Amino acid sequence: MTLAEKYSTVIDAAKAGGSTDLQVFEQGGVLHIEGSVPSGDVKDQLWVLYDKVDPNYVTGDLVLNVNTSVVEGGKVKVVTESSNLNIRKGPGTDQPIVGKAAHGEIITLISKANDLWWLVRTNDGEEGYSYAQYLEPVAL
Amino acid sequence: MKKMKKIRLISMLALAIMVAVGATSCKPKDADIQKAVQTAVAANPDATGVTVAVEKGVVTLTGEVKDEAASMAINGLAAAVKNVKSVVNNMTIAAPLVNPVDAQLIEALKDALKDNPTVVAAVKEGVISLTGEIKKSDLPKLLQKVSALKPVKIDNQLTIK
Repeated sequence: MTLAEKYSTVIDAAKAGGSTDLQVFEQGGVLHIEGSVPSGDVKDQLWVLYDKVDPNYVTGDLVLNVNTSVVEGGKVKVVTESSNLNIRKGPGTDQPIVGKAAHGEIITLISKANDLWWLVRTNDGEEGYSYAQYLEPVAL
Repeated sequence: MKKMKKIRLISMLALAIMVAVGATSCKPKDADIQKAVQTAVAANPDATGVTVAVEKGVVTLTGEVKDEAASMAINGLAAAVKNVKSVVNNMTIAAPLVNPVDAQLIEALKDALKDNPTVVAAVKEGVISLTGEIKKSDLPKLLQKVSALKPVKIDNQLTIK
């Protein structure tokens, strides 16, 4: 069984979930799945399926880097576990905090600085960078 | 003075002088030992950052070397030099060089793991190894953050609480 066959349920779910840019490649005994899906629910579902194939993700033969697609200028939801999300002057946790967004709050994505840090604006007008992994695009 | 007494006096004086000279010149000079140790140590190509000091026959080695093996080898070279009483090894081991891809991942992991204080990450040739504890419910989110860094592989050795 190839790795793509092993994780076929994950790949199929991503495509069925609406991914149009999925890249699947194997390198050094590790399968890499990269691309985007239209919603956070689809993304979460991929991880549930991954866990079914490899309980607790211990084997280490898949790097699943599928993110929710986002439109610059669109809305994003703060998906921290429960705490506020820091908004920083620059893209890094060493940067000073210039504002905060509450857990569950929906704010505006201005632009993606890079894969990990996005420039956002809150409803109060606070503008700065937040860690992308805590922001989930919401359907327009 | 009678001839015999004169000869005796001169020979005793000569003996005294010889003893005096002998007592000081038999002791090896620190400067000479230092030169000899310097030459011996220079035979090891890893010793370019090493300084040799000698006091009363005791050699002190200081400076940075690339690893433990180099330190021991250089120490051995110094100890084998004639007239060295002992060697004090004050050399420090240089921090290991990190390749730029790994260095980048290490930096990015600081942010990725900020909310997971019980998780420890190590990076080697693009492979991120995770150890420590985590709740099952936190695991997907953590792995999503780590996967976003595009590692070669994630070696998940986390203990599920």
